[in-house]
Amino acid sequence: MEVVYERPKSLFPVATHYCPGCGHGIIHRLVAEVIDELEIREKTVAVAPVGCAVLLYNYLDVDCYEAAHGRAPAIATGCKRVHPDLVVFTYQGDGDFAAIGTAEAIHVAARGEKITTVFVNNAIYGMTAGQMAPTTLIGQKSTTTPAGRKPETAGFPIRMCEIVATLPGAAYVARVSVSSPKNVVQAKKAIRKAFETQMRGLGYSLVEVLSQCPTNWHMTPFESVKWVDEKMALYYPLGEFKVPKEE
Amino acid sequence: MTEKRFMAGNEAIAEAAIQAGCRFYFGYPITPQNEICEYMSMRLPEVGGTFLQAESEVAAIYMTFGAAGTGARVMTSSSSPGISLMQEGISYIAAAELPCVIVNMMRGGPGLGGIHPSQADYFQATKGGGHGDYHLLVLAPHTAQEAVNLTMLAFDLADKYRNPVMVLGDGNMGQMMEPVEFPPPAKTEFSKKEWNLDGARNRPRHLIKTLYLDPPVLEKRNLAIAHKLGEAVKNEVRFESFMVDDADVVIGAYGTVARIAKTAIKLLRENGVKAGLLRPISLYPFPYQQFAKVAESGKKILVVEMSLGQMFQDVQLAVCGKTKVNFYSRVGGVVPGYDEIVREVEKTAKESG
Repeated sequence: MEVVYERPKSLFPVATHYCPGCGHGIIHRLVAEVIDELEIREKTVAVAPVGCAVLLYNYLDVDCYEAAHGRAPAIATGCKRVHPDLVVFTYQGDGDFAAIGTAEAIHVAARGEKITTVFVNNAIYGMTAGQMAPTTLIGQKSTTTPAGRKPETAGFPIRMCEIVATLPGAAYVARVSVSSPKNVVQAKKAIRKAFETQMRGLGYSLVEVLSQCPTNWHMTPFESVKWVDEKMALYYPLGEFKVPKEE
Repeated sequence: MTEKRFMAGNEAIAEAAIQAGCRFYFGYPITPQNEICEYMSMRLPEVGGTFLQAESEVAAIYMTFGAAGTGARVMTSSSSPGISLMQEGISYIAAAELPCVIVNMMRGGPGLGGIHPSQADYFQATKGGGHGDYHLLVLAPHTAQEAVNLTMLAFDLADKYRNPVMVLGDGNMGQMMEPVEFPPPAKTEFSKKEWNLDGARNRPRHLIKTLYLDPPVLEKRNLAIAHKLGEAVKNEVRFESFMVDDADVVIGAYGTVARIAKTAIKLLRENGVKAGLLRPISLYPFPYQQFAKVAESGKKILVVEMSLGQMFQDVQLAVCGKTKVNFYSRVGGVVPGYDEIVREVEKTAKESG
C-alpha cells in the first residue's frame, strides 16, 4: 500500500502535552516536515523558548538548546557563529519574541544573522495561564486585562513582522496562520522559504504564525480558528513582507 | 617562553585567551575593560576567530551560552554593572554546565557607581550572583603576568568542571601596563563529544536544558552540580603565602590590594615590623584552611579590601574567632595607599593580642 501521510522522521512518536485545539502541534509538525524535506535533520539546531513551547524538544528530534525567556536569538547567534554550516532556528512565542526578548529579536535581524525564527503569536500568555501579551488585541480580555485591553493603560499590540521587515538584515519576513487547511499549507511554504533563505546565506528570516489558544481565549477550537481569521488577521495581515531580491 | 611584551592588563587577558584557544568573544563596551573588546575585535579575525559586539550584556552572555554549547572555547568580559546584567545568563550557564570564561574588571558601585577600581563585586562573584544554587570558580590575579596565567588556567578549569569561570580583576589591573610573557598553554584534552551541539549526525540528538519540573529530578541535578563543585573545592584552592612564616601580622588581601600590601610589607620589615601576606588566588574555592592555620599559630590578621568587608567575612569564617581580624578598606574607586596599609598593620601589631 502506498503511504501518503506519515509522521515526519524529525518528530518523536510521543503524545502531545498541548491543549486540545492548540496551534503549536500543527506548527511543530510543519517545522519537522520542512526539516525532513530539506534533509537537514543532522545539521539542524533548534532553540526552544520559555512559554508553552519550552518543551519543543520533547517533539523535535534535533540538537536543541532550551533558552531563557527572550534570549533564544542570542543563543542561536552564538551557535551559528561557531557553526556557519548548521541550520539554526529559534521557536518563540509572543512574550518571548515581542516583549522580554525584543532587543534580541530586533538585533538578530539588524545583524542579518543567518538564522530563522518561527514566531508563534497567539495574542495571550499561555504557559502562565492567560495574561496579556504584547500582541493582545485592543479590547481582548486576559487575566491582566479583565475588562479588555485598553490602549490608555496597556498600550497597543506590536506588529513584529512589519518592524523587522524595515531592517536591511532581514531577508525573508512573512506572516501566516494555521486556522484552516489552506492556511496550514501556506504556513508550511513560508517556513520552508525561511529555512531556504538561511541555507542560501541571504540573511535573517522570520515567519510569524498566528495561532489559536482555545484554552486561554475561553473558546472552542472551532470558535478560536474563526477568531484568528476574523479578529487577529485584521490587525495582523497575512502575507510576505519581504522576500529575497531575486525572487 | 616567548619574549616579553609590554601590555595593559586588559590586552594581556585578551591575548592570553586567544593563546588558550579561545576563538569566540561576545561583549558589550563598558569602562574600564573596553580594551578587551577592542583587542579581540582586532586579533580574533587574524586567527580565524569571531568577535561580535552584542546589543547588550544580556545578549552577550547568551551568545556566550550558545557558543559554549557547541563546545567551543568562548569568553565574554564586562565590568560591574554589565556583570550584574549578565547574572541571569550566568545562572543558566552554570545550570546547563557549560564551560566558558567571564572576565569582570570591577569598578565602583552600587548602581552606575564610578569607573575607578573596586573589589565590591566579591559577594556577587563568589557566592552565586544569579538565582539558584551554584558557584563560579573565581580567579583573582594581582599582576598582568598572573592575569595571563590565570586566564589560560580559567579555560582549562571551565572545561574540566564544565562550569563558568570568572577572572576577577579591577580597573587598575586592566589599565596598568606591564611586561608580560605568554607561556605555551597547557596541553589539556577535554572531550565535549558527549554533550555538545553540532548537529545530530550519526548519534542521538543532544539537548542543553535547565528546566526540570519534577522536584526530585531537579534536586538530583542540584546535588550533582554541588558534588562537582565539591571536587573543585578539594582540588583547586590556590593562594600565595608571602613572608607569612615569621610574621606577627598577616595581611589578607587579593588582586591589586595584595600587590600594594607587598610594598607595605617591605617597608614594615625595614622598620622591624614582621608582616606577611596571605593572598587568595582562587576566591572560589576560598583558602579557608590557610587562614585557619594563620589564626591557630597566634598571628594577627588584617584584611584590606576595596569593599566594605566582603572577603573579610570569608576570613572571619575561616578563623572562627581564634584570632582577632582587623579590617581596613577604601571604596568607591579609591585605592588604598601602601602608607595607609603600613599604618594599619602597625596599629594591629600594637594591639594586645
